[in-house]
Formats: sequence, structure tokens, C-alpha cells
Amino acid sequence: MALARFILRRAAFGFFAILGATIIVFALSRMGGDPRNFFVGQSGYGISQERWDSLGREMGLDKPVPVQYFFWVGDLLQGDFGKSITTQRPVIKIIRERMGATLQLGVAAWVFGIVIGVPLGVFSATHRGSFWDYVSRIFALVGQSAPTFWVGILLIVVFAVMLGWLPAGTRGEGFPIRHLVLPAITLGWLPAASYLRFTRSAMLQVLDSEYIVLARSKGVSTRWVLWKHAFRNAIILPITLSAFILIGFISGTVVAEQVFSWPGLGRLAAQAIFDNDFPVLAVVVLLTAVVYVAVVLTLDILYAVLDPRIRLE
Amino acid sequence: MATNSLAIMKGLSGVPLRVFSFARRWPVVPGVIIAGVLIAAIFAPLLEPQNPLHSTLRHRNQPPFWYAEGGTNHLLGADPVGRDILSRLIRAARVTVIVVASAAATGTIIGTTLGLVAGYMGGIVDEVIMRIVDLWAALPGLLIILTLVVVVGNPSFTLLVFALALLSWTGPVRLVRAETLTLRTRDYVLMAHVVGASTPRILFRHILPGVVHIVIVSTTLGVGFLILTEATLSFLGAGVPPPNPSWGSMAADGREYLRDAWWVAIFPGVAILLVVMSGNFLGDWMRDRFDPRLRQID
Repeated sequence: MALARFILRRAAFGFFAILGATIIVFALSRMGGDPRNFFVGQSGYGISQERWDSLGREMGLDKPVPVQYFFWVGDLLQGDFGKSITTQRPVIKIIRERMGATLQLGVAAWVFGIVIGVPLGVFSATHRGSFWDYVSRIFALVGQSAPTFWVGILLIVVFAVMLGWLPAGTRGEGFPIRHLVLPAITLGWLPAASYLRFTRSAMLQVLDSEYIVLARSKGVSTRWVLWKHAFRNAIILPITLSAFILIGFISGTVVAEQVFSWPGLGRLAAQAIFDNDFPVLAVVVLLTAVVYVAVVLTLDILYAVLDPRIRLE
Repeated sequence: MATNSLAIMKGLSGVPLRVFSFARRWPVVPGVIIAGVLIAAIFAPLLEPQNPLHSTLRHRNQPPFWYAEGGTNHLLGADPVGRDILSRLIRAARVTVIVVASAAATGTIIGTTLGLVAGYMGGIVDEVIMRIVDLWAALPGLLIILTLVVVVGNPSFTLLVFALALLSWTGPVRLVRAETLTLRTRDYVLMAHVVGASTPRILFRHILPGVVHIVIVSTTLGVGFLILTEATLSFLGAGVPPPNPSWGSMAADGREYLRDAWWVAIFPGVAILLVVMSGNFLGDWMRDRFDPRLRQID
């Protein structure tokens, strides 16, 4: 019962967050003045008065602003996301083409982050103060302090230009794994660093607790204590903190795709910034907000299931 | 670990011991790096070997001095239009310091005020402020401010500072509010209320000094994030308005020339890495020293 109420409350919050995102994006679309300005050049040259008026009727600009907002949300709900200004193609089509590439890179990078970060975090905690603990922590510190674009550039210079082992960009054809390696490391370093730090501090905390001391003094084997007793409790913190990691990951995607000419949504957004293509950017922002809110909601529910204490709040 | 380092220190003697323990207690290296950047920022026009905006096309993509083709005229080489990279790095330090300091100050002042008000007033005011903070934190901030920059159209320093402040104001709210909640029931605050001090006076005269250490720590911890965000915005062409150099846009300039001139894109990134790492280090250090309770995660 408590769990159901908790989920309901979080879902309601998610709904308002998405509503907030639509209001912000709509407000932004009106901040540049008349939205018809997106379609004309800087000087306003090249559009006839008739076209201007008919555009206004088409876009419902003769109606009050709140009504316009509801029309716009209605269009979104019906799957009408507008047209790109530069290519004149429906945004939904462009998004569909690009989604696969972003998912592929995102999953690869996230897997890299977990596979590197979590075990290193456990190792670092159990070998506290050792040489490899310091190496791991430096790995984490650099990952959290280096700008994503610079990591990408550095990897390209070293592994593509100097050593010539891996391709410097694009998604490639034929054997795409080779093309995936450098962008996935670039994008995955930050999550790896964050997972490492979170796992390490959670493990240190758990290993200090009384039940671990008890298990040890009972004579339970070290490996069993570590993985069965400590790790399963310690991993809850990194899982729930994944939402924090995801924020940096989203902006990282834009940068990593731009550096590696990866044909995904991030590059689309970066290109839209150069072209001042507002409709495309707006849909990418909304889509990201929806995905982000959905992930956070899932994590919250997962947290409540994994750790019953949280439901009572 | 403590016994271990003690054993090491016993093996050392005299001056090295003192240097060693000093370096352990105080963040010497990060402090020196931050001080270097501040000095570069303040004295930029004096320190720049050349005009950072002046381009000499003959020197385009000239390598750093240790290459045979390099020269002492451009110690760290020249960029694709023949501008001196070292001078641009120094000028960009000034740009970054001004932008990030303004944004951090704006965000901190707004966030601290809201945190004080929410914690002291409680009730519906608290509820509204905290819900807005939650909502804003639940949205992809960087993409929203990228959209903002596109909508406004012409990049400017004011816009950049405003955009960065939008990302940083939520940081202190929660922490300051929590501390205010415990301070508002203290006797000296109640007394101030009894003798008729106005709410702003109580907030800023009596409660603020009690939370200022939290504000300092949270701002320091946020500076690294702001520098990274500014660099990312500039790299994507939505940050510092050209022709002003910025570390992010300098890296973007070199992106097309990685094969022939790696130094153009790599050096600005090294500067960012060093500064952000020092900032994070200092932030952690201050947190542990001023208020270990803030140590929530790691």
C-alpha cells in the first residue's frame, strides 16, 4: 500500500515535470518575439505580406497565447512535432532516423561506465590506500574534471592519428564495433568515474557496519562477506544515484556525437544550434525531458522496491 | 593508512618532512594552479606575449617551440588562422574567470536568498520554492539553456552569465534551507524576533552568518561544473561571443586540424582539466574542513 502511494506520488511529480518542460519550451518559442521570425531571414526580407498573414493563420497566431499553447500541446499529443526550418522535413521523421545511433552509443557508453566503474569501486574500497586505489581515484578525478569534448579529441589524436588503430569518427559501415570504441569511452568515462566514486564510498560505509563485523567474526569467508553481504547493500546507492549521472550523460551525448560525427540526436541538436533550427531543438529537448523523467521515475520505484525503508519517508 | 604514512614520515627528516606534511594538510598544488589562473586573468594584457586576436596567416598551425618548425614567437604554437595560442589561453582565462565568477555569484545570491526564505518562512512559501527547485532539477538544464541561446539569437556575455546562473541557483537552496531550519529555533534568533527585528534583518544579519560556510563550500564545489559547462557551451558555439577567446571555442577551432595540428585543440583542454580538477579538489578539501556533515556522498 505504502509502495503504491509512493509510486503514485512520484508519477504525479513526473507528470508535472513534463508539463513544466512543455511550458518552458513554449515560452522559449515566444521569447524571440513572433515565431514567424524563425522562417524569415535576419532582415525580414524575402516574405510577402500575404504569406506572412497566411502563416499566422496556419499557426493560430490570431488566438490568445494560452490557447496557442493548448493547440501546440494537442499537436504534440497527436504526433505532429512540426517541421525543421532548414530541411523542411517533419521533425518526427528526422528523430526516428537518428534515434538508433544515439541508443547504440548511449547503451555502449553506459555499459562501459558500469563495467569499469562498479568493479573498480569495489576493488578500490577493499584495497583502500593501496597503489591501485590511488590509480582508480585519479581515473575518477580526471573523468569528472575533463571536458567530454577534450577526452574525445585526445582519444582521436592518440588512437586514430598517432597510432592509427581506430577510426576517428562516423558510425561506419561493415564493422561498426571499431567505430563505436572511441565514442563509447569518451561518453562513458564520466559515468565510470561517478559509479566508481559512489560504489567506493558506499562499500566503505557498508564494510564499516556492525553486521559485516559480525559476519566476519562468525567466520564467514571474505569473498562471501564481500559479495553476498556487503555488495548487495552497497550497490543500492549507485543505482539510485544513476539519475545524477544521467544529467551529465545527456549533455555529454551532444558533445561526444559532435566530436565523432556520430549521426545521432546529440549531433542533430548541435547542428540545430548552428542552424538556429528551433523546432528540431525543441523536440529534442522535450524528448530528452520525457526520457529523463521516465528514467528517474523507474529508478525511484526500483529504489523503493530494493530498500523498503524509503517507502515510509 | 595513518600508521603507514607516519612510518614514511619518520624515514624523512627535517625540511622534507615539513614540506611533506604541509602538502598533505593544505591543497598546495590546486591552490597554485587556481592562483596562477587568477593572476593570468587579472594581468592578462601584461602577460600575453602577443595580441590574442591578431592573426598572422603565414604562421597558421605553427607547432610549439620544441618542434623543428616551431619558434619562440609562438611558444605553444599558433591556431588555424595564425593567432598565438599561449596569448589566447591567457586571455581566455580572463574571460572564463569573469563569466564563471559572475554566474556563480548570481546563482549563489539567488539560491542562498531562496534557501533562507524557504527555511525561515516555512509553510506555503517553503512548499512553492522547493517544488520549483525539484522541478527545475528534473529537467535537462544544459539543453534548455542551449535552446535559450538559440532563441535569443545573438550570443553575449550577459546571456551566457544568465544561462549559467540558471544552472547553478538550485545548488545552495536545499543546503541553506536545511541549515536555516535548525537555526530559526535558536534562542538568539527568537530574541531578535522578540525585540522587533524585521524579517530581512533576521535573515541576513542573524541567520546568514550561520550558513555562510555552507554557501562557500557549495559555491566552490559548483565552480568546476560551471567552468565545464561554459567550455561545453563555447565548444558548441553557444557560449562566449566571438572574437573573444575561450578554452571551449579554441578546442572547437582545432577540431578540424587534429591530423596536422593537435596542439590547437589539446592545450585549451589541458587548461580546463587542470582548473576544474583544482576547483573540485579545493571544494572537497573545504567541505571536509569547514563542515564534514556536508559529506553526503564520498
